[in-house]
Amino acid sequence: MKKNKLSRAGLQGSLVGVLAALLCILIGLLCGYLVLLAINPAHAWSDGFVRILKGGFYDAPYGVGKMLANAAPLVMTGLSVAFAFKTGLFNIGAAGQYTLGAFGALYCAIVLHLPWFVCLLAATVMGGIWGAIPGVFKAYLNINEVITSIMFNWIGLFLVNEIVYGNGSGVMYDSRNTRTWNLRKTAGCEGSVIPDFGLNDLFQTNSTTIAIFLAIVVAIVIWVVLEKTTFGYELKAVGLNKNAARYAGINEKKNIILSMVIAGALAGFGAGLYYLSGVSEWNPLNSTSLPAMGFNGISVALLASSNPIGTVFSAIFISHITVGGSFLSTKYYPTEIADLISGIIIYLCAFSMLFRGKIRGLLFAGKRADKANANAETAPAAVKKEGK
Amino acid sequence: MLLLIKYTLLYGIVLMLVALGGMFSEHSGIINIALEGIMVIGGVAGVLALTMLPADAPAIVVVLVSILASAAAGMIYSLLLAFASINLKADQTIGGTALNLLATAIAVVLAKYFSESGSAKLNYSNKPFLFSIGGLELSVFVPLGLVLLIVSYVVLYKTRFGLRLRSCGEHPQAADSVGINVYRMRYAGVLLSGALGAVGGMAYIVPPVQTWNFEVGVAGAGFLALAVMIFGQWKPFHIFGAAMFFAVFKSLANIADSTFLASFGWSSNIYNMMPFIASMIILAFTSKNSMAPKAEGIPYDKGSR
Repeated sequence: MKKNKLSRAGLQGSLVGVLAALLCILIGLLCGYLVLLAINPAHAWSDGFVRILKGGFYDAPYGVGKMLANAAPLVMTGLSVAFAFKTGLFNIGAAGQYTLGAFGALYCAIVLHLPWFVCLLAATVMGGIWGAIPGVFKAYLNINEVITSIMFNWIGLFLVNEIVYGNGSGVMYDSRNTRTWNLRKTAGCEGSVIPDFGLNDLFQTNSTTIAIFLAIVVAIVIWVVLEKTTFGYELKAVGLNKNAARYAGINEKKNIILSMVIAGALAGFGAGLYYLSGVSEWNPLNSTSLPAMGFNGISVALLASSNPIGTVFSAIFISHITVGGSFLSTKYYPTEIADLISGIIIYLCAFSMLFRGKIRGLLFAGKRADKANANAETAPAAVKKEGK
Repeated sequence: MLLLIKYTLLYGIVLMLVALGGMFSEHSGIINIALEGIMVIGGVAGVLALTMLPADAPAIVVVLVSILASAAAGMIYSLLLAFASINLKADQTIGGTALNLLATAIAVVLAKYFSESGSAKLNYSNKPFLFSIGGLELSVFVPLGLVLLIVSYVVLYKTRFGLRLRSCGEHPQAADSVGINVYRMRYAGVLLSGALGAVGGMAYIVPPVQTWNFEVGVAGAGFLALAVMIFGQWKPFHIFGAAMFFAVFKSLANIADSTFLASFGWSSNIYNMMPFIASMIILAFTSKNSMAPKAEGIPYDKGSR
């Protein structure tokens, strides 16, 4: 009986979460449409809005393949941020961890010619190390992880660029393309590309691999760890109240560092998925902007209200409208409209708690009135769910 | 050497302006991580104003109008942060991050809309902003920044408004109990940071070059300004010192290839890294006695007194 009620409250909670996310998306799309109207009213509907909505399907199957190839790393950076959120940390450093992950993967691929799963592992380890640093600063010096992560984002970017570029003579640097070597076209690196099992032929792309499935598997693993294991419970407990967790016998310093290591490892893994699929190559001359994938991970996590399974869907959505934006005819519209829409959605997500309260009020107000008695019992369960 | 002084002053003033903005916001109790985005918005607004003004307008008008346009845009944009974090009590860090993401998108869309070529690059003339003293070419932002520094100090420590602002960042409940409107004070703090951050963004973009690609935003200068603010312990003159300290490294990166520094064989990446590493080391040593406003980051709720 009790268990039944608990799951109902849980279901209700996730339903409200999904509805709040959809509301954010709807308002974001509406704002995007208004911008399209403002820029060029004549083409706003069919050449603008519909193309963004269609996303990759506008140019299927190629567009869908492209969308999936971009979604895989996005799921991972989203998971990285979501995992940190769940444990009470704000991992704004996913971009830096992603950078280090990219370096780990590409170094193992281009210099050491290792098989793809070893390269992925290297990416994961490098990301984890870069995530550990803010964790140590937070645990032992009580410096806010946001500041440390921001600093180490840039340190990581300059460091990786320096090593890869090496004044133009780095071993990983292809001076003709001003990028790192293309894995598919370089002798000895073929084994480092993630296998595609025919997906490339199916989607007529050259970068759609099994990466998206790997990302989904990791998302499920993270969900299990967070929701079904003692380890995950401890991590969340530290996030909720450090002092209470210590009182309960949990080593809170170790757990903070572990949370950041896992978050960093997830971001690094994402970089591995992206660069080992050969979606594009690293450009070491770009020293003014961090990889956008890291910051889009924040969007993904917020839209999914930090639910690991939800990140899969929200990453696919963000990737969908970004690819849709890239199909906009540049004659009429800048392709960054898609970024604008996702930016608005994230801003709305920042206060989605408010939406959630409103939706819950609208949907469940009637039931609450006539079931006042039952409500009194479900309330604590609902609170517990929120706490998670 | 003259080149080093020039770059240091130009870049240091930018960091100082933005950090002063952050300081006002944090003294009112709102963490303003959106400084990067505010800089971008201020930059794009100022540059657009520059390009739209008639070419034969007197220099003083051009400078004043574009700076005011930039400050106004920054204030409007910072209202988004104020509304989310003061009225809706949203998480300030998340709201700020969202605004950073949004700002670059807005700037690129605007720049592409207004530029003739359809790319995100805008061309403008920076002549009205530059003047030179004895071979040292400076921008109007240097004297403007120094004036604003002194004004900031006076406002924060010598006026009734400053005292009230600081009280809202230290103990908003106590401030409210003596009749200070905490919400209004926090709005004031965030708006001030919007104006200063936006002017800082313009000071970053306009003086050194005549064309700017808004796809790169302001390349992390806003985040560096946050570090400057912390390093400066939330005090105006300390912030000035910290900004100059950071700016020296940045200037070294700029001139690394062309001067005697080239003989060390260090690339600009290494110099670029230095201010970040330095600020981490300093943070590690000063974290125990931080002067951060006590109530920053906590939404003020009248009911929770």
